[in-house]
Amino acid sequence: MELISPTEFAKDTVQTVQDYSRLAGQSIVNLFRYPRYFADMLQQADLIGVGSLPIVVLTGFFTGAVLALNSSTTLQRFGSLSLLGQLVSVGMVRELGPVLTGLMVAGRNSSGMASELGSMVVTEQIDAMRALGTDPMKKLITPRVVSTVFMLFFLTIISDLLGLIGGGAVAQGLLGMDSHQYWSTAWQILTFQDVFMGLVKPLLFGFIISTVGCYYGISARGGTQGVGRATTQAVVASSVFILLVDFFATKLLMAIFGYR
Amino acid sequence: MAAPPTAIEQRMPSQPDAAADIVVFENVSIAFDDNRVLDGISFRLPKGETKAIFGVAGAGKSTILKLTLGLLKPDAGHIYVLGDDVTQMSEDALFELRRKIGMVFQESALFDSLPVRDNVAFRLLEEGDIPEDEVEKRVREALSFVELENTVDKLPSELSGGMRRRVAIARAIITQPEILLYDSPTGGLDPVTSTTIIQLIVKQRDVYKTSSLLVTHRLQDAFIMATHYFDRKANEMRPLPPGARGEVPMAFLILRDGKVIFDGDAKELAQSKDEYIREYIA
Repeated sequence: MELISPTEFAKDTVQTVQDYSRLAGQSIVNLFRYPRYFADMLQQADLIGVGSLPIVVLTGFFTGAVLALNSSTTLQRFGSLSLLGQLVSVGMVRELGPVLTGLMVAGRNSSGMASELGSMVVTEQIDAMRALGTDPMKKLITPRVVSTVFMLFFLTIISDLLGLIGGGAVAQGLLGMDSHQYWSTAWQILTFQDVFMGLVKPLLFGFIISTVGCYYGISARGGTQGVGRATTQAVVASSVFILLVDFFATKLLMAIFGYR
Repeated sequence: MAAPPTAIEQRMPSQPDAAADIVVFENVSIAFDDNRVLDGISFRLPKGETKAIFGVAGAGKSTILKLTLGLLKPDAGHIYVLGDDVTQMSEDALFELRRKIGMVFQESALFDSLPVRDNVAFRLLEEGDIPEDEVEKRVREALSFVELENTVDKLPSELSGGMRRRVAIARAIITQPEILLYDSPTGGLDPVTSTTIIQLIVKQRDVYKTSSLLVTHRLQDAFIMATHYFDRKANEMRPLPPGARGEVPMAFLILRDGKVIFDGDAKELAQSKDEYIREYIA
């Protein structure tokens, strides 16, 4: 492994933060500037949203199921199995739905964006696009950011619902609970704050997934090896970033809504 | 071993003449990390002329093309393209300027997810206000120029290296730009395909009078261009009549160690006394 001086490391880090911030800011600013690439946004929405549906459905369903299964033993010990619906509902909507959907989409799409854009960089397609008078930031990055934010919001709702269905299947099929009891408690416990918290997070995570994926792709260097490296870094960075932002967003929203 | 490089004396006016000079480099320097690739180079590309740029690998030939397009910014100096100083322009302003310039990249740089039609039409489709019929007509014209009309629905991966290079030329010329930049258009191609590409470049030079910068390793390609013209009637490249050398707008520029060591026509190149140049053209 190559050793670099602390000064170089600090410079590289500052440069990375600066370049990432610039890309992230530009992706938003470009929303208000012409040309806008609606066709590209739709295409990306299809790739990101519809393409991620199977993994999101499976993840959501089995997360809800396993959450119900694990919680049931503890709840049974206190004679509170009737609260299972509440537990699955709050757990999925506030936390597990957004985070796990974010992580799954990060694994699938952040890497996809990094490898696609990285390949375009190393084969000079990005330079060719600029040479042809088209801004790659507007044509390639903004549509990916918009589509990811938009689609992750709906994917999270689907994941939440599937999680509740998974929990319900375990509650009814394995634990012998009354399905009406499960669904009514799951529904009644949810407050506006829970739903709001669960739906703000995918907006933040979608932005992280797309901007981190695009950033590592567009800054890929060093041929196919560089593209591979960018892909790995994109998944790792976006996943870690999602978990970090999740903590701070939860803390902030809890403070705003007066949770203790 | 050749003698160390001596930069040629530059006779650059204080202000470039935008009408006569399409591209002007003034004391341009650029370094990548600690490697100074171009060290205060100056040259000009007069209107209608094709200038072939030579130099060993890493001499900065492709860098000159990227600087001309504003894809790279120099560390020092000024670059005037069609009268505008690209070193002082914003990225948005550069996008406008680049619409007047066509570039053929070293490895073609075709968009691999788009069929040939969309690659060639890319610039027209981006402009947005051109009717579909018109786009189709111009794509066919551009592909017919490079004799590849039958590839319109193919993906770049289905084409040979030479065909990809020709599609890249079609993409570059579809809007009839004022300047064309060719980055090693014949690199890695067989002699027959190379001659086809050179014929297309000569056709563009002699029929459309487009000014161009041509980066190449192959001296023979540039000499063919300097000794041939495009016969419109016969629709092919023909040798210049004896004694007519120098009649075509063709110049040579040789780089060495970041400096321009030669800038002149084929006749001056052949008469050069510089040991390195003589060795280079031998």
